[in-house]
Amino acid sequence: MLIAPQVLVICVFFFWPALQALLQSVQQSDAFGTSVEWVGLANFERLWQDESYLESFQTTAVFSCLVAFLGIGISLCLAYFADRVVRGTLIYRTLLIWPYAVAPAVAGVVWLFLFSPSIGVVSYALNQWGFEWNALLNSRHAMALIVMAAVWKQISYNFLFFLAGLQSIPKSLIEAAAMDGAGPWRRFWTIQFPLLSPTSFFLLVINVVYAFFDTFGIVDAATKGGPGKDTAILVYKVYFDGFKAMDLGGSAAQSVVLMVIVMALTVVQFRFVEKKVNY
Amino acid sequence: MIERNRFLDVLSHLVLVLGVAVVAFPVYVTFVASTHTMQEVVQAPMPLWPGAHAWENYTVALFGDPSGSGATPAVGRMMMVSLITALVISFAKISMSLLSAFAIVYFKFPFRMAIFWAIFMTLMLPVEVRIGPTYQVVADLGMLNTYAGLTVPLVASATATFLFRQFFLTIPDELVEAARMDGAGPMRFFKDVLLPLSTSSMAALFVIQFIYGWNQYLWPLLVTTEERMYPVVIGIKRMISGGDAQTEWNIVMATAMLAMIPPALVVILMQKWFVKGLVDTEK
Repeated sequence: MLIAPQVLVICVFFFWPALQALLQSVQQSDAFGTSVEWVGLANFERLWQDESYLESFQTTAVFSCLVAFLGIGISLCLAYFADRVVRGTLIYRTLLIWPYAVAPAVAGVVWLFLFSPSIGVVSYALNQWGFEWNALLNSRHAMALIVMAAVWKQISYNFLFFLAGLQSIPKSLIEAAAMDGAGPWRRFWTIQFPLLSPTSFFLLVINVVYAFFDTFGIVDAATKGGPGKDTAILVYKVYFDGFKAMDLGGSAAQSVVLMVIVMALTVVQFRFVEKKVNY
Repeated sequence: MIERNRFLDVLSHLVLVLGVAVVAFPVYVTFVASTHTMQEVVQAPMPLWPGAHAWENYTVALFGDPSGSGATPAVGRMMMVSLITALVISFAKISMSLLSAFAIVYFKFPFRMAIFWAIFMTLMLPVEVRIGPTYQVVADLGMLNTYAGLTVPLVASATATFLFRQFFLTIPDELVEAARMDGAGPMRFFKDVLLPLSTSSMAALFVIQFIYGWNQYLWPLLVTTEERMYPVVIGIKRMISGGDAQTEWNIVMATAMLAMIPPALVVILMQKWFVKGLVDTEK
């Protein structure tokens, strides 16, 4: 059958592992896998009491809020001006979209290099101005570093969607407002921004998903979750606990929690898509 | 007519130029660092103009340096691995989802909707949330350190299947009937009517999936343990695992440039399809 390859891949590499994750999350096995014990929801309970896991939740929340709002704000600003200029929109677009193509891990390495305490160009400049920058020791600085790298990579994506959204707003609406004496500032807040709200909301969901899952490479390359555990986002912790600390049950329980989060986000996204059709 | 505002026009260009500059700055520094010797790069204020050692650095990065103290591995090999992986992933994804969309739209068979929903569910299971068990499956199948291990678990694609399904649903029934009247069987119809009609969707998807494949990080990090199977993205990460002092930043930066160039080229050269692909796949 034509559909056989797809179904096979899905079953072997998606549903089987997902089931395994569910199964493992209610089991406790020792490091060599010789004995497996049924522990029910103990793994989840342990997670719930685990300080570092709750902290990781908090880290992820802070991180994704910062990435989503900074990314959306900056790209909206750029898209607004790119929509305004009469000539050169295409050139600016070309110059702004390519960071999308840069691998997260490579972005992490590049930003690490720029901000490395001993040799980085930017940290040198910051130190010259009397600002003590050290992403290896100061967790706020480390957070700022991964947020910048993540936002940098995501600007192009948001920019494209905002630009498309702005360009699809009928010119006559804007002209009518201008005739009524609304200045550019007023026009933006009363016409363009409300009309962009579906795009903004969609991008908000996408950016949160991005910050949750696609930034593993940035975190691993730039800070390795450090200093301490201060930039270990949830996905990083699943990886670390499962493959470095060999706590399979705990890691699987974390996977299940993440699955629930993704499902919630997906549902939100699709609800919204349906709403947009009516818009 | 909107009033002309000189000040705002100038401001627009100013903001945009500033934006482009900020976006490009990290890559510029990367490029500059890749053209200097290691000593020049690690001294505190690094020079901000390109140096004269580009050729040496890039040759060392590409073909490895068996003699030097760092003994960097050859990136050329990793680039090949990345290229093969990205191409296999994008072609396999496109052809598999074309076939399944074709089956779902044009054939009636038991569990059709069940399969459709099963494909839909995979949207909710990104690699990141099921790394442990998926790794086990791949290890059990003996696919660690192979191209199959790098690509096969990533080739199922719900978004691509949806995209093609939506597209096939817009094809008028008259076309199907006309093809049948002319005596074309289902496969003939697929080959002569559907494929030519979906070329632009295929191009758009190709760009997105190529970048997706090239930039994979977490998955290759798990399934490759031997240097000969590292994609270039992993290779870079391995190079900086030492401290600031041991890392040969000039070579690392040359590698970073090499790793960025292919996907960036694909995006810029196929910009039209890239934009279309992004907009289509997220709808």
